[in-house]
Amino acid sequence: MAVTSRQIFRSAIYLLFSLIGVAGLYFWLQYEFIAAVQIVVYVGGIVVLIIFSIFLTQQTGEKLPQQKLGRQLFAALAAFCGLALILLQLYKYKFTGTTESAIEPTVANIGNQMLGTDVGGYALPFEVVSILLLAALIGCIVIALRTKTETN
Amino acid sequence: MHPGLNEILFISTALFFIGVYGFFTRRNLVTMLMSIELILNSVNLNFIAFNKYLWPHRLDGLFFTIFVIAIAAAEAAVAIAIIINLYRSHHSIDVEGAEEMKY
Repeated sequence: MAVTSRQIFRSAIYLLFSLIGVAGLYFWLQYEFIAAVQIVVYVGGIVVLIIFSIFLTQQTGEKLPQQKLGRQLFAALAAFCGLALILLQLYKYKFTGTTESAIEPTVANIGNQMLGTDVGGYALPFEVVSILLLAALIGCIVIALRTKTETN
Repeated sequence: MHPGLNEILFISTALFFIGVYGFFTRRNLVTMLMSIELILNSVNLNFIAFNKYLWPHRLDGLFFTIFVIAIAAAEAAVAIAIIINLYRSHHSIDVEGAEEMKY
């Protein structure tokens, strides 16, 4: 329903509920840290940002125009064919698991392995992501500044 | 009771193609962004499921999920800045209205 509702605010609320559902699946898989991150970042950050932008860019109560039937039909057909293909492959393939003992995804294990510099450590991607976040921050400021100078 | 790998993969495949359908049909930039969020969520679900069932002695899939969430947050922030900028200059956020940079 998040992709079919014609009222944009309602579709944002449907998106909120589907993100909470994905967080519930993480809880079900016993990855509590990821579930908490999902709720904080997506539900608390991105959906609020999307709702703000809807209020800034949309006249309230105005419905989206009806899409063309041909385009809708084509998109549904493409999505359904892809879904059928992937599901077919999924049920044909047998996954083989490892026999090594599992480690618990506790916060201590996550922190030790994420910031470790030995084999399998993720210190370098961590720094790269921090640089990316800084670049996104600067990009947003630049985009916002340019309009202000144009309006002046 | 725990979900099996196939059930989680089924859910994430369905979520991915719902996102693809929305991305094809929608012509509003905010709703297209919401479809992209759905697609990224399905990818995250896949990473977590494979990490739990096929690779449980390491936490690689979990780190990929964390990085994808961080990148999705940055991407959403930049995209919404661009969308609001576009709305100020065009007074609409349909993709048909933004044709200046074509070709």
